[in-house]
Amino acid sequence: MGIELQNITKKFSGYTALDNISLNVASGELVALLGPSGCGKTTLLRIIAGLELPDVGKIILENKDTTNLPPREKNVGFVFQHYALFRRLTVFDNVAFGLKVLPRKDRPNRKEIGDRVEHLLKLVQMDWAIKRYPSQLSGGQRQRVALARALAVNPKVLLLDEPFSALDAKVRQELRRWLRKLHDEIHVTSIFVTHDQEEALELADRIVVINKGRIEQQGTPQEVYDHPKNAFVYNFLGNVNVFHGRIKNGKVTLGSHHVDAPDELKHAEEKASQAFVRPHEIGISRIRSSETDLTGTIQEVRLMGGQIGLNLACEGFDHPIDAEIPRDLYINLELAKGDTVFVSLNRVKVFTGDYVI
Amino acid sequence: MLKQPTPETAPIVKKRVSDPLPIQMLLIGVMLLFFIGFIFLPLGLVFAQAFQKGWAFYLESITESYALEAVKLTLTTVAIVVPLNAFFGVTAAWAITKFNFAGKAALKTLLDLPFAVSPVIAGLIFVLLVGSRTPFGSWLGEHGIKIIFSTPGIVIATLFVTFPFVVRELIPLMEAQGRDEEEAALTLGAKGWQIFAKITLPNISWGLLYGMILCGARSIGEFGAVSVVSGHIRGQTNTIPLHVEILYSEYNFAASFAVASILVFLALLTVTLKVALEKQFQKNSFHH
Repeated sequence: MGIELQNITKKFSGYTALDNISLNVASGELVALLGPSGCGKTTLLRIIAGLELPDVGKIILENKDTTNLPPREKNVGFVFQHYALFRRLTVFDNVAFGLKVLPRKDRPNRKEIGDRVEHLLKLVQMDWAIKRYPSQLSGGQRQRVALARALAVNPKVLLLDEPFSALDAKVRQELRRWLRKLHDEIHVTSIFVTHDQEEALELADRIVVINKGRIEQQGTPQEVYDHPKNAFVYNFLGNVNVFHGRIKNGKVTLGSHHVDAPDELKHAEEKASQAFVRPHEIGISRIRSSETDLTGTIQEVRLMGGQIGLNLACEGFDHPIDAEIPRDLYINLELAKGDTVFVSLNRVKVFTGDYVI
Repeated sequence: MLKQPTPETAPIVKKRVSDPLPIQMLLIGVMLLFFIGFIFLPLGLVFAQAFQKGWAFYLESITESYALEAVKLTLTTVAIVVPLNAFFGVTAAWAITKFNFAGKAALKTLLDLPFAVSPVIAGLIFVLLVGSRTPFGSWLGEHGIKIIFSTPGIVIATLFVTFPFVVRELIPLMEAQGRDEEEAALTLGAKGWQIFAKITLPNISWGLLYGMILCGARSIGEFGAVSVVSGHIRGQTNTIPLHVEILYSEYNFAASFAVASILVFLALLTVTLKVALEKQFQKNSFHH
């Protein structure tokens, strides 16, 4: 097992940042810690690296208990959100740092250090910048150097704190794919922290959704996206329409509308429930195709790149419904603001419980 | 149809946006007057007075043994005070910016105390603390250690008065730089002293030098605190400013101003160094 976290709890004055977190990461796995800001995910990462100490719990790296080891003995590579490159050192010296501070007996000689740094900079495609200073590099380039620096000490695990958050959208996407490719090549056990669900879904082998210091759900991106365990996870993984209603006799009320309750709630007694529909899982048509279709009026049309966003006022619903449809469909149906259309809610997800958005 | 403006017909913005000319001239004038009245004129007068009795007298005044002793004592004081305050300053700034502890805010406020109290009071504090009539002072006296009316007293008083320079320079700098680089070094396996030597010190070097120069300048010129603890013993406990004052009160104006011109030279040297460093400092602060 690459990383085993057992019952990690961390309290700061006044609030609990992490509440009894247990998590296993297999060797060579790439795991995303996904959650809103302030959910404790960065604290967890810092605890694994030894930059913070847990109040309770154990951190086992490669079958060795490292809970009380100082950071420099943990052999963990850490990539900081704002890179934290050494501003007074060149790119070469930044990457060589971890090797140069080794005790004399373990330290490779000059030539070996040079070769290793060059190899790593080639790996991250930054070998052309070997003599530059961090201030002369762009954000994406700094991020790659920071990664090479962390990899230089052959870490057992690689931890990345919001690795792409400080980059602009285009670079972010490029670097994301590049990192996935790099991980497939070098297979170092890695955890990265993000609040961006797209990033987690695209990059990770496994996603761990964290909220208020607790793990809400973990699984492959597919599992988590298709079978969210609760309302929080569903909501956090994408845009949603929320309907507050009641569940009764195996039916769920949405406004003036009823849908079948999911199997596990078929025989539940009457109670409050929430139903969710993702905007892109809403069908729009000029023709009524089923008697469950809603009638709606287009209030607003938003251009969103490949998709078109529609804001619909539907009969029997207090709040407008957001839908996203492909651009082609929008053009074919010759839709315009003010038109009346038929709306089908294709995949309604129902949760009971007290989570409130 | 609307005519598109071509580069030729487009209106040209001639003037930069700035204050009207009369206001500019007024402000520059006031500044010039100030400079003439408070800097150039007095500086000129110092040299005029110093050379009043000719070159020979000037040279004699600054090379006679009491003057040389005063220069020596001043430079000795600076040589002890600046490194010590650099050390204290780095330590205090490090503690304040990198750790959290109780009483941190109070300590930060107290750092300014030496600037806030009159130097004379600062001197008196040490006389009351270790003077020969105090228990501690007489105990030291019995063991042959003399602080007041000797060099250690002068050094201690100067240390106190010039303490804030380095630390005041470093705290904002280190606060702005944060702990990220140190933490990165820590995860890469560096030990405490390696982090300090390879990361922290290079990052604060320009600020540190700048603070040390200001500290040195003030150490050379400090009068009040030193005057109280020195005892004005010619050839033994007279620093340059004290020597200037003694000569002046003896109506030996030419000699007094001659020695004062040494202070002027040292001040000019400091200002030059400071300007050079400021340029470096600005150049380097772009390296973020």
